[in-house]
Amino acid sequence: MTPTLAGVLQALALVAALALSYRPLGDYLAHLLSSPKHLRIERVGYRLMGVHPDHDQPWLGYLRSVLAFSAVSVLFLYAFQRLQSHLWLSLGFPAVPAPTAFNTATSFVTNTNWQSYSGETTMGHLVQMAGLAVQNFVSAAVGVAVAATLIRGFARSRTDRVGNFWVDLTRITLRVLLPVSVVFAIVFVASGMVENLHAAQQITGLAGQTQSIPGGPVASQEVIKELGTNGGGFYNANSAHPFENPTAFTNWLEIYLLLVISFALPRTFGRMVGDNRQGYAIVTVMALYWVVSAILMTIAEWRHEGSALQAAGAAMEGKEVRFGIAGSTLFAASTTLTSTGAVNSMHDSYTALGGGLTMFDIMLGEIAPGGTGSGLYGMLVLAVITVFVGGLMVGRTPEYLGKKLGGREMKFASLYILTTPAIVLIGTGTAMTFKAEWSAALNGGPHGFSEVLYAFASAANNNGSAFAGLTATSTWWNTALGLVMLFGRLLPMVFVLALAGSLAGQQPVPATAGTLPTHRPLFVGMLAGVVLIVVGLTYFPALALGPLAEGLK
Amino acid sequence: MIPVNGAQEQEEHEAHRVSGGLLDPKQLIESLPNAVRKLDPRVMVRHPVMFVVEVGSVLTTISAIRHTSVFAWVIAVWLWLTVVFANLAEAVAEGRGKAQADTLRKTRTETVARRLTDWRPGASAVAEAEIAAAQLRLGDHVVVEAGQIIPGDGDVVEGVASVDESAITGESAPVIRESGGDRSAVTGGTKVLSDRIVVKITSEPGKTFIDRMIALVEGAARQKTPNEIALDILLASLTIVFLLAVVTLQPMAAYAGAEQTTVVLIALLVALIPTTIGALLSAIGIAGMDRLVQRNVLALSGRAVEAAGDVSTLLLDKTGTITFGNRQAAEFIPIGAAELAELADAAQLSSLADETPEGRSIVVLAKERYGLRARTQGELAHAAWVPFTAQTRMSGVDLTEDGEHHRIRKGAAASVAAFVVQHGGTVGPEVDAAVQRISSGGGTPLVVAVHPGSRPARVLGVINLKDVVKHGIKDRFEDLRRMGIKTVMITGDNPLTAAAIAEEAGVDDFLAEATPEDKMALIRQEQSGGKLVAMTGDGTNDAPALAQADVGVAMNTGTSAAKEAGNMVDLDSNPTKLIEIVEIGKQLLITRGALTTFSIANDVAKYFAIIPAMFASVYPGLSSLNVMHLHSPTSAITSAIVFNALIIVALIPLALRGVRYRPSSASALLRRNLGVYGVGGLILPFLGIKLIDLVVQFIPGLR
Repeated sequence: MTPTLAGVLQALALVAALALSYRPLGDYLAHLLSSPKHLRIERVGYRLMGVHPDHDQPWLGYLRSVLAFSAVSVLFLYAFQRLQSHLWLSLGFPAVPAPTAFNTATSFVTNTNWQSYSGETTMGHLVQMAGLAVQNFVSAAVGVAVAATLIRGFARSRTDRVGNFWVDLTRITLRVLLPVSVVFAIVFVASGMVENLHAAQQITGLAGQTQSIPGGPVASQEVIKELGTNGGGFYNANSAHPFENPTAFTNWLEIYLLLVISFALPRTFGRMVGDNRQGYAIVTVMALYWVVSAILMTIAEWRHEGSALQAAGAAMEGKEVRFGIAGSTLFAASTTLTSTGAVNSMHDSYTALGGGLTMFDIMLGEIAPGGTGSGLYGMLVLAVITVFVGGLMVGRTPEYLGKKLGGREMKFASLYILTTPAIVLIGTGTAMTFKAEWSAALNGGPHGFSEVLYAFASAANNNGSAFAGLTATSTWWNTALGLVMLFGRLLPMVFVLALAGSLAGQQPVPATAGTLPTHRPLFVGMLAGVVLIVVGLTYFPALALGPLAEGLK
Repeated sequence: MIPVNGAQEQEEHEAHRVSGGLLDPKQLIESLPNAVRKLDPRVMVRHPVMFVVEVGSVLTTISAIRHTSVFAWVIAVWLWLTVVFANLAEAVAEGRGKAQADTLRKTRTETVARRLTDWRPGASAVAEAEIAAAQLRLGDHVVVEAGQIIPGDGDVVEGVASVDESAITGESAPVIRESGGDRSAVTGGTKVLSDRIVVKITSEPGKTFIDRMIALVEGAARQKTPNEIALDILLASLTIVFLLAVVTLQPMAAYAGAEQTTVVLIALLVALIPTTIGALLSAIGIAGMDRLVQRNVLALSGRAVEAAGDVSTLLLDKTGTITFGNRQAAEFIPIGAAELAELADAAQLSSLADETPEGRSIVVLAKERYGLRARTQGELAHAAWVPFTAQTRMSGVDLTEDGEHHRIRKGAAASVAAFVVQHGGTVGPEVDAAVQRISSGGGTPLVVAVHPGSRPARVLGVINLKDVVKHGIKDRFEDLRRMGIKTVMITGDNPLTAAAIAEEAGVDDFLAEATPEDKMALIRQEQSGGKLVAMTGDGTNDAPALAQADVGVAMNTGTSAAKEAGNMVDLDSNPTKLIEIVEIGKQLLITRGALTTFSIANDVAKYFAIIPAMFASVYPGLSSLNVMHLHSPTSAITSAIVFNALIIVALIPLALRGVRYRPSSASALLRRNLGVYGVGGLILPFLGIKLIDLVVQFIPGLR
């Protein structure tokens, strides 16, 4: 089988698998997010937490819960890392230094999983299992919960209630993420991933050299790393490590897992607003970006211009031979478009344009299909902007799914699209102003700039992958990126919740022939265009100085 | 009600496409001083996008003074021009309103009011005092006689007069105003042509109709509408994003070794922020109101105009809007042995003495359809005319021919049947069948019978009187349906009649035997489903419904109560205009949306002009982004800025006129506007910037 054919078959199998899970998973999530019934174990949990599961919260109450939960999570995770030397299974590692602990705590709570440490030499098994992995579950659930409130904003009318955070969080974790993780963890173990509580073992090799082989509960964490679009690797090498991603099959399965929930959520949206066509429209735009990005990235890596690459026969630097170009670019496009940030190849080593694409994918705002939940709400906010402009063009006060988009709605939507670019640009600008920080970049010239830009784009958009040439372990970088992750995650959530509350309070306007249809190809095209123009225009100057300067000859 | 003849009907149909007046280049020059005056930062700050440009212009100018160069000065001048052009758009739009306001002001001369100090209904001798019109208070009574100007808005409480309202309506034909009923409202500033009336003042001085109209057309009372506010927010946030993109670019550029001058950075910023729509936004709003005024409609708030675009249900009074208002004879149906010609002749003869519109329409039908000349009452000798009375419910004529009395009668079926039976005749089942058929078809049957002297009376036939639906109205309802607007016909007719007319006119629904309460209930019901309702009305009993409706258009001929309750007044009192109002409302929003799309799409080309110009010197690879092959970095940036400024001027006419609007579905509209303004906005600047560059490259200092 030629590498090309293998790549095409992998991609087609992936599309088929995602298409097959779209309806059942989307419908199941919709049921989950609207059913009034609780499991017995959930009731017990609610009683312990002191939550009234049948009382929905107004958006502000929901927001308070999200913020309180995040704050407690950050503090807990920070303390956990700082105290790890006193706990079990520390493998003898000392307490994590304060700046790194802060950075890591915010990173995992915000679903970013930026790692300024290397797992096998910093974190004990207990912190990995009971600290980081727990956040892998709940941070993903928080994203879906916030997306659910926006869906409810469209689906409900004349109410100030957008849902109950604790119920949403519990159900998504308990009824979706946990069971799927258990099943696929077994598949992963069966496929050769490690799952033990060993410390690193010293092995003497055939040539007499000693080698340190790390162990760990990898398979069980690997599923939620992908499924929750987290991306924080157990090992420093992430999914390029043979224990974390042993074969082409596990590679394919990891890509599937990191895409599956985000691609199914539009179905949940369509289902809950009572019009599945709306879901199809949204998922089409997401799929469009994903497919085009994967194809372009593959082409960029395949063309391998330059004498070194020509000599090597392909742009294989930083890629694993067992995955090849297609297995790497498919992973890279998926991980950067989903806010996962797990990597099976080093984006920093990609060709200039291929690497530029990974950065551009992240800059799109993680919406195609984006992080669990955050992808859907991000895309819906852009749909709101699109409907606003399109709605004016058909001569009516713009309305999306019967909800009018007035000053209040546009305020929150505008703030949403403003926030992340502002954080990325201000962050990068600041880093470039403090010249001392340039030295953190391994390379000079436009590539060095790309590494800095990538770091801020990745952190602000909660992706978590890196152009690894950047050494971001200093206190400045840990603090700056920690704050960027925190603001990049929580501020947009504030605006989404406010938007949800504003929409839920409205009385729907019935659709007529004069209403802008939001399920037709024309709208799909317009939304895709708005995404490209809004993002492209914001980052174009910065991209021109990085990957474009490097890649255009 | 306006008289409608064929020609006018034709014209109304032609006027269907909403368009506005053309822009006279002279207006641009006349408005220039006002445009410059608006550079005052306190004024500019109300338009955030253009305010940023003005600040940029100041900084560029300072920079040009400190490090003088041809390039810096060219950019500074064109940035100032960008701001002036934006102000020019607004000034031109306002200027058009001012001209109208001045005409109105002329009518509001220092009128003297003859106040009646102690007027009571029926009082004959009342004391009178002359005061200035401005001193009139609510509830005062004034007397106005032929040749005098009515001093303030009010209702006629005594007398009847013909009034010249051309000052506000532009219509030279005088109208009748009389006490009581729905034609009692008079407007201050109009002139009594004949007779004497007593008017009860219903408006405070300074708040009269004309005052409000002046404020409106001058834009003084203009407040930002909800959609405008929402769009402003979006534009402001785009401006902030681009501001950040440009500000943070400097450290990045410094790292690359290509630190940029203030002039270049500001040029990039101005090119990127949505200046086109930012510059034209307020002009679009003012011009939208102006288009309404040109159609003799006064919207009392901009919000109402926008709401008109959102309307999803139109309540239309049958009479005057859908039908001509009078029942007219449509056909003659002979019964038994009677000939059609005989019936037509008898019908005409019996109607000559019938002065009601229905009676006259029978004469006209006989003449037009059957070639029977309308005879006058005088030319028939020995004729005794029997006029229609409410008691007999018949009209007719008694002719004496050859000494024989020949009675012809026409009237309500029951009355004529009684007449036939009384004179020895019988009424066959055929007659009942015809009467039944007409009634069920929504018409009014009139039976014609003859009693020829000695012989028994017999029924000749039946006349079908029916409401005649206005020509072309069906097409307009079809248009409305395509726009997603539901039409509901309101009528006092019984459900049967209403259903027939509704069917013929093509309305979606009807409300028969409608009382004001029913109307109100219907509006509430539609609104509770989230729909916006528009209606017209003129009577006092329409007032609550007009107030409840989202768009209530009061007829100028209507009562003060109706005019107070509605949020628009149609000076022509033409209820069909409601449809045009809806179209103008939509056009206003479409213009904003289209220019926003255009403005944002423009940015792509500007990036391709400016980014390579900024950085190709350090990263030569970026010159491949210079797809337009612009001559030099300075000429490229200059071209982008010049294009950015000129496009504003080029689009002023479009902003004032509004984009072309044809009633069609949302999908069709989106496809068209996205094609023209989205794709067009993407391509046009590439061409424009290239063309400007071809000229600019010859300017020394920009090479």
